[in-house]
Amino acid sequence: MSLQATTWQTVGPFFKIGLAWLYQDDIAGPGASGDRVTIEGRILDADGQPVPDGVLEIWQANSHGKYAHPDDTQDKPLEPGFKGYGRIPTDDQGCFRFTTIKPGRVPGPDSPSSEKKLQAPHLAISVFTRGLLRRLITRMYFPDDPANHEDFALNLVEPARRPTLIAKKANNRPNTLEWNVILQGPNETVFFDA
Amino acid sequence: MAPVAPYRRYYPGTQPNHLHPPYVSSIKRAPSKPLVYLPHTLSEVTGPVIGPEVVDPKTCDLTRQHPGEPLGERIIVSGRVLDENSRPLPHTLVEIWQANAAGRYLHERDQHNAPLDPNFTGCGHTLSDSEGRYRFVTIRPGEYPWGNHYNAWRAAHIHFSVFGPAFATRLVTQMYFPGDPLMPFDPIFNCTADEKARNRLISLFDWETTIPVQALGYRFDIILSGREATPLDTHSHGTKS
Repeated sequence: MSLQATTWQTVGPFFKIGLAWLYQDDIAGPGASGDRVTIEGRILDADGQPVPDGVLEIWQANSHGKYAHPDDTQDKPLEPGFKGYGRIPTDDQGCFRFTTIKPGRVPGPDSPSSEKKLQAPHLAISVFTRGLLRRLITRMYFPDDPANHEDFALNLVEPARRPTLIAKKANNRPNTLEWNVILQGPNETVFFDA
Repeated sequence: MAPVAPYRRYYPGTQPNHLHPPYVSSIKRAPSKPLVYLPHTLSEVTGPVIGPEVVDPKTCDLTRQHPGEPLGERIIVSGRVLDENSRPLPHTLVEIWQANAAGRYLHERDQHNAPLDPNFTGCGHTLSDSEGRYRFVTIRPGEYPWGNHYNAWRAAHIHFSVFGPAFATRLVTQMYFPGDPLMPFDPIFNCTADEKARNRLISLFDWETTIPVQALGYRFDIILSGREATPLDTHSHGTKS
């Protein structure tokens, strides 16, 4: 007899007490190869109001497209100390900011020919806020990456909504990207059932 | 790479909808568009590995983080982290946070006029052991009022955050106490449609972990998504007794 997964509950407004000890906004760490990038944005609600009691968790591969996890058996290099994990709270204005390296491409789902197409570079992201009864799952992709147009996950999304998953280059600030999480409304971010 | 073995999706009705209007904060924050179904790839079946190098073993005793003893009723909260296939999940991070015995959080946004306790922070974390067991020593949190509706009170609860082996297995939930009269009136407790699923958030009073003269024991097992069987993986997913 199998068990049934425990039901989710909201993180509530006071999660900082329990989660702050593991806040991590430098995802790649000092020894990782790859292009460094800073990502800034805000979490906004249905009225465009900032969400000051939110937290993001990031999960990503290194620049070679390898995850720091035992189930990633690809024959690719992994820098010692690379974790690929981030946890970043929003501030009073709903803003978050973190630095990382652009990940490499990782295999996509199995295709009927049992060949795996590579995915475009992306971050896997969990969004937690007061008011969310369970996490929201989304992804962030990188602007102008030629692989975006063939990425299987982006292609699951109607074209008009795909831009919500792709960061934009910040004006006049090199190596800085902007990406917002809009919880509800006409420009709502795409969230996945994953 | 071997084929990716995906994790099982939640059983229908056993998880809250994003929009649950009785919990007022969900109204402006729940997404309005349907979620896009995403098959699991390597990105979802891997996940953060938080190991003993970052987890201080002392933090699993929330009553010994300050010079004095916190006020309130000492309790032992323990259980196992398992997957849906009844397999223990060893060495996985379990984080908790909670109000103090008076129902007050050590947080700048908690305006409840109950006293703070200088000897209680309300934060703990630990790694499950090789058989998936975890254990915290803490004090029983108080119930507290909140602004959701007139005369709204939260049932006593402890927040839990668990990683499990993959991005797909992440869980944040709340543990409740048996017999709490506020549970039927708490819109957060009641946000899950399935009554049995909801009631599994209630811990069990447990003589086995109770320490005589010291602390009552409460048991709370945490079940994370398990792997779907794949053609190459049927042996390790056989029937569990």
